[in-house]
Amino acid sequence: MTRKQFNRLYKTVIVLIAILAGSFLGTMVLWAIGAEVFKTFEVIFVEPLKSFYILTEVLIRMIPLIFVALGIAVAFRSGILNIGAEGQILMGVLGATIIAVTWPDIPHWLMIPLCLITGTVMGALYGGIPGFLKARLSVSELLSTVMLNYIAVQTYTYALRVPLIDPVELKTGSGTPQSMRFPESAWLSRLVPGTRLHSGLIIALILCVIIYFLLWRTSYGYRLRAAGAEAKAARYGGIPVSSALISAMVISGAFAGLAGAVEVTGLHRRAIEGISSGYGFTGIVVALFGGLHPGGIVPAAFLFGLVLVGGDMTQRMVGVPSNMVQVLQGIIILAIVSAKVVMANPYIRERAERRFLKTEVPA
Amino acid sequence: MTDFLMSVLVLGIPFSISLLLASLGEMFNQRAGIFNLGCEGIMSMGAFAGFLVPYLFLQAGLNPVMGNFLGLVASLAVGAVLGWFFGLVVITFKATQGIAGIGMQMFGVGDAGTLFRHFIGGIASVPGLSPVPVPLLSRIPLLGDIFFNHNIVVYIALVLVPAAHFVLNRTSWGLRVRASGTTPRAADSVGIDVNRVRYQSLVVGGALAGLGGAYLSIGQVMMFADTLIAGRGFIAVALVYFGRWSPWGILGGAMLFSLTQVLQLKIQTAGISMPYEIAVMMPYALVIIVLAFARKNQHLGPKALGRAFDRENRL
Repeated sequence: MTRKQFNRLYKTVIVLIAILAGSFLGTMVLWAIGAEVFKTFEVIFVEPLKSFYILTEVLIRMIPLIFVALGIAVAFRSGILNIGAEGQILMGVLGATIIAVTWPDIPHWLMIPLCLITGTVMGALYGGIPGFLKARLSVSELLSTVMLNYIAVQTYTYALRVPLIDPVELKTGSGTPQSMRFPESAWLSRLVPGTRLHSGLIIALILCVIIYFLLWRTSYGYRLRAAGAEAKAARYGGIPVSSALISAMVISGAFAGLAGAVEVTGLHRRAIEGISSGYGFTGIVVALFGGLHPGGIVPAAFLFGLVLVGGDMTQRMVGVPSNMVQVLQGIIILAIVSAKVVMANPYIRERAERRFLKTEVPA
Repeated sequence: MTDFLMSVLVLGIPFSISLLLASLGEMFNQRAGIFNLGCEGIMSMGAFAGFLVPYLFLQAGLNPVMGNFLGLVASLAVGAVLGWFFGLVVITFKATQGIAGIGMQMFGVGDAGTLFRHFIGGIASVPGLSPVPVPLLSRIPLLGDIFFNHNIVVYIALVLVPAAHFVLNRTSWGLRVRASGTTPRAADSVGIDVNRVRYQSLVVGGALAGLGGAYLSIGQVMMFADTLIAGRGFIAVALVYFGRWSPWGILGGAMLFSLTQVLQLKIQTAGISMPYEIAVMMPYALVIIVLAFARKNQHLGPKALGRAFDRENRL
């Protein structure tokens, strides 16, 4: 066995162990609530693939996940962890809603870009806050983004409850906090008649390509990645690390904001409560699972779209609460980050190498 | 006005306890060098375990005092196990602590939600812990109601503040914890098993976070919901920064937050015309403000905070 073969085997074994350990942990939880383990996993991973309509629902979930994960990947590569996507999504929804509801007479060709851009800008500004706090006041972005999530939820609820509430709700007195239905000019087109799949998917895929070029084919992307890889060395090399941090967070927030704007104009066509339903956090898992690379994020987003749709079906089909999806996501994060570090640890590899390699290839 | 102040102060201590317990636990983690962002998840599971046992006792018609006691024990145990599990990920596997914490948070909150839906299902409540007035002292006007008329966990938590200070600064285990968080290599060179100390502090910290969660579910609101913790785990982590990694500072921070929260509740019920959302977001906004102003504190933090210790790694 050559060293190259050994390295490949070594990595495969670690990934397999991580998958096994993760499945074991998930199985333990399912076993604790007395569920049929294999049936549950089958419902989550296979059941949504069985019908065309549900498959399009998976693709619909994929759209915001791609946007959010791309943003998180940019931030991650620049050395800052954005867990505030949930709040930034809501800001994006608000931005698009304000435009669509306030000026319903704008023609379609102008309305859509205006809604999407406003949403993006709102998300970018909201993402810029923790970036600024981190770069200038050294406030941990982990804590500030979490807090901003809670603040965003409250702002969003207030906006839907008071200034943006549907006048019909006030008239009938039911008072459901939701905005009025968007004018048709603010609807993103549907791709497949009879399903809810909208053209946001195309925007998401185009952005994947753009992000790839931005990060790996421009000097700006190089600066971001350098700041993330080794801040001190980057600063020595003349890269302004703190402004790289802020701009990475702004980009990250912009993507989350766009996710929100696309979600509201493409899918719901009105701002409703709970519109994000955890995309901000699932986006982290997608970004990690996709190796922080656009090429990996697309399949990862599909996988987790599947998990989200499947998770909604488990309650009905096998009596497993949909919270199980969150458990699986948590386990997957833990497994990925553990496996990644173990794989990169030269001392463990060396030990394994000495044990398995030297016996066959002396010296 | 005095009535208003009084009603704020009476709730001040009970509202601070869950934060105080979780934050003291997190302080042990951080002093040993581990940044445990999974505190939120551990608190969720603690809150659930603490609620489940008395709930089952109630259903079976067994002694509720025993149920409460076992509930607290269960929350400590669950917290300790999850703390150990986090240690497995960040100490043994040396995973990056920030992102692993997010994983831990999702794991814990998700578990609590899943198990809650399965075992309890909907809204349910338990009688919970009853107040234990301290004889004589509780009858002092004003002070009696503020300090001496609470349930048992409140007293435990308040005693834990000086106790934690003592353990951290006056015992050899505390010294090992501080050494592991400040200069793990030096600690290692004098024979301290750094990773073992870190495991121990994670178990202690997890147990305290679990108890903090249980206090919330059976000592404060007497019910459980998936959204019960609502960011308190993250606030607890922020409090450690604010409290300069010392028990007394953390006590002050916890009191500050609980008073803000009580004030917010009182403002809502007093009928002052203000959107209640603004009141609800106050504590979260306060965290950011506090962290921005306390940025000089960061130099006081454990130097090796967030860095895995690998004795083979000489970089």
